[in-house]
Amino acid sequence: MNTEATALSDSPDRGRKLHRRHGPPVKRLMAPAVIFLLVWMIVPLAMTIYYAFQNYNLMMPTMRGFAGWENFSILLNDPTFWSALVNTLVLVGACLIVTVGLGLVLALLFNRTFIGRGIARTLAISPFFVMPVVTGLIFKNMLFHPVYGIFSWAMRTLGLEPIDWLAHYPMLSIIMMISWEWTPFALLILLTGLQSLPEDQIEAVRLDGANRWQEFRHIVIPHLGQVLYVVVMLESIFFLTSFAEIYATTSGGPGTATTNLPYYIYLSAFFQYDIGLSSAAAIGAVVLANIFAFFLIRFVAGNLNAGGQR
Amino acid sequence: MAVVELNNVAKRYPGSGSKGAAANAVDDFNLITRDGEFIVLVGPSGCGKSTTMRMIAGLEANTGGEIRINGRDVSQVAARDRDIAMVFQSYALYPHMTVFDNMAFALKLKKYPGEDIQKRVKEAAEVLGITALLDRKPRALSGGQRQRVALGRAIVRSPQVFLMDEPLSNLDAMLRVDMRAEIIKLHRKLKVTTFYVTHDQTEAMTMGERIVVMKDGRIQQIDTPNTLYHCPANLFVAGFIGTPSMNFLKMTLGQHGMMLTGPTARLLASPERQDLSNHRGQTLWAGIRPEHLRPTDADDCAALLTGEVDVVEPLGAVTMVQMTVDGHRITAQLDGDTRVSIGDTLTLTCDSDQLHLFDTETELALPRTHAMSTTTV
Amino acid sequence: MEPKRSIGLAVVGWLVALIMFFPILWMILTAFKTEQTAFSMTPQFIFSPTLDSFRTALDQGAGYWHYALNSAITSVISTLIGLALAIPAAYAMAFFPSKRTDFTLVWMVSTKFIPAVGVLIPIFLVYKSLGLLDTDAGLIMLFAAMNLPIMVWMVYSYFKDIPRDIVEAADIDGAGTLQTMVQVILPLALPGLASTGLLALIFAWNEAFWSLTMVDHNAATLAPFIASFKSAEGLFWAKMSAASVLTVTPIIVLGWFAQRQMVRGLTFGAVK
Repeated sequence: MNTEATALSDSPDRGRKLHRRHGPPVKRLMAPAVIFLLVWMIVPLAMTIYYAFQNYNLMMPTMRGFAGWENFSILLNDPTFWSALVNTLVLVGACLIVTVGLGLVLALLFNRTFIGRGIARTLAISPFFVMPVVTGLIFKNMLFHPVYGIFSWAMRTLGLEPIDWLAHYPMLSIIMMISWEWTPFALLILLTGLQSLPEDQIEAVRLDGANRWQEFRHIVIPHLGQVLYVVVMLESIFFLTSFAEIYATTSGGPGTATTNLPYYIYLSAFFQYDIGLSSAAAIGAVVLANIFAFFLIRFVAGNLNAGGQR
Repeated sequence: MAVVELNNVAKRYPGSGSKGAAANAVDDFNLITRDGEFIVLVGPSGCGKSTTMRMIAGLEANTGGEIRINGRDVSQVAARDRDIAMVFQSYALYPHMTVFDNMAFALKLKKYPGEDIQKRVKEAAEVLGITALLDRKPRALSGGQRQRVALGRAIVRSPQVFLMDEPLSNLDAMLRVDMRAEIIKLHRKLKVTTFYVTHDQTEAMTMGERIVVMKDGRIQQIDTPNTLYHCPANLFVAGFIGTPSMNFLKMTLGQHGMMLTGPTARLLASPERQDLSNHRGQTLWAGIRPEHLRPTDADDCAALLTGEVDVVEPLGAVTMVQMTVDGHRITAQLDGDTRVSIGDTLTLTCDSDQLHLFDTETELALPRTHAMSTTTV
Repeated sequence: MEPKRSIGLAVVGWLVALIMFFPILWMILTAFKTEQTAFSMTPQFIFSPTLDSFRTALDQGAGYWHYALNSAITSVISTLIGLALAIPAAYAMAFFPSKRTDFTLVWMVSTKFIPAVGVLIPIFLVYKSLGLLDTDAGLIMLFAAMNLPIMVWMVYSYFKDIPRDIVEAADIDGAGTLQTMVQVILPLALPGLASTGLLALIFAWNEAFWSLTMVDHNAATLAPFIASFKSAEGLFWAKMSAASVLTVTPIIVLGWFAQRQMVRGLTFGAVK
């Protein structure tokens, strides 16, 4: 035993192998994911920035070249772009308020025990798993239809005038569909948050003489803080890029009433073939998303640090 | 079985200050074990004892010095190739494997033949009395049983070195005493060089053949339990080893190099201590263990500590008394039948050869030529 | 608990559940109707069910199975690729964190904030020149890239729940990186990995943006299949519903199974 050990001692290449010997090849484990994201997200993003400064229309292949800020100035002078920006913000804001508010109420409801709660909860979260294109078609035809839709039938039954939802309240209709899909998500996550609330905290605050509202305000809401943040972050990501619901129902109309940024870019790229302009608009969408990300990612970073100190 | 040698071992974390990591977790660590020795690393939390063990394990790289096992420098060798076994504080059993599979895992990785694995695991299980548990998953075991499985996982491999990182700290007090004895028995039987980390000095004293006392990443003293108790190298070791802790008083050494005086207290150093002549007139820390104090009636002794009793704790066999002398908190362990009450004025004395003296600047013990002292390795 | 309140609660709970579920229920009911009963001013709740609409839906376009197969291929393979990339990265970050770990993880999550339209044009042009338009492979890569940030995030938070001691114990027991990952970590994180995979599968299956822009016929998935009913004003509601049922049912059932585990991973450890 000893002879073998002595033979192996004093290897000359200490410094070189130091990192590899004391742990796994961390860099090589991370590299595939990092490279994949670089190739599929960051490189194309860089190309988008490049195109945004080019004259590039697939219909006019001869007119290529550096465009300077021209695409951006066209964009900023296009009222449709501004309305698309406003529509995007309205959509994100309204859907966040509805889904989080409704999700919280439903989470509190499903946090109580009642007969068949498990099945009821499972039914209630189902919309989250429905393909958005299907949501669009089902709502557009079978619920929102001014004559044959369920909503119209309900209005008539109540003696009211049926509403042509998509024609008269297009944005509201879109918000209803997206909220229908995403309220279950908020419900699911907030419910899990509620269930992780330690029983002794509730008992302590009750012994301190708090009423239901104080208990909710001072114990439940602070406890849900982090979870709410996660809900808002993930929903923002998806709401900012809403596409299928609009594509399947209003196609951005009537007029430009429901054209949000993704749909605007889609139209200018695939119907006007204007690569330069749509790239410039895409940069706008990225900037907008980054404004959201700036605030939300901070939470993730903060949460990481908190986790690290555990 | 192996001789483990640590030469100037150091651990420095880069980017000192950030994230609470100390700049020097371990510094200048030197130790050579005997083959089959039971070494205990003890110290307060954050003293670097666990880091030292993790460096021996190979879970962390030493940034300085070298670690040799049987003469072979393993500083650059991965943990899995060092032929050591470790018992973790959390036991770190694999939750998805049965007890048998937990113990067999290392052997399977080494591609031992099936019957061999069976045999070794069964033997280890018998030694630890967990044969009946082999088919269970860790979650179905009690704390003590998990502890045994963790030990079993280590011994089944017959490694060169055992490392135990506070293995008993998750057990309740009764079980801890039992397991302590069991680990010592196991060590006598297997004679594998063992490093044992603990923050509990009682555990250290009862288990270690030699004890390494650490503080702030540095070794304070390496000695047998007896020597640590009788000849602590410095103020820290003196206060850390022994329960209740040693009492300390700041006193001035008289012109004859024998009499120590405080505002009210008087203590007498052993007349055999010639060396004290160099410290005449200096202020020193005087240390006396609680168990070496005893009450006295009158002024006839040279060593006297007088104060008002603050706390009395009758424990049956002994009575613990706390009082304040010259602004220092003094604990004394008196006979169980001593009659004292709070508020009494009590005078205590002690033998001059039970007195420990420390330099107030360096906090080192004043060297003493004493019958009890043994040389450190 | 007082029985009265409990019954009241149950009524409200079930009412809410049925309202949320109603559009799906209505779709399922309509799928079993004839076109005449489906297209009625007064909703027909009682009718004699027929499978006719399913039959016609199956033959729509290139036939349901063409699209379903593409959907299955793209979502399953993209999920597997996502897992294969996410697991090693999450393993390294969870068990061997360095100073750059936080940054890398946050960077990965932040790429999810790049909207698809932000990279649509270059990807379309590159795909066009590489011949990846209208191929399963092209879609698979996009789905994997789309899901990867969330998958890394989820797997990371599952791994974080495994004590680091276990990895170190495996190291001391003599297991290499791959052995530790396969024999120790993956079995422990299996429920979490399964739900991560299921969520990725659901997102990929339901994805519409790339499926509608990058695909024509060959690689067409169920999203464009369903979208092709868009222009069918009125006359084919039963068929549209039948096709929709065929499209969403497998995923809803998967979702029901995964719901609990999924949430834990998505909350990034905010819920224990």
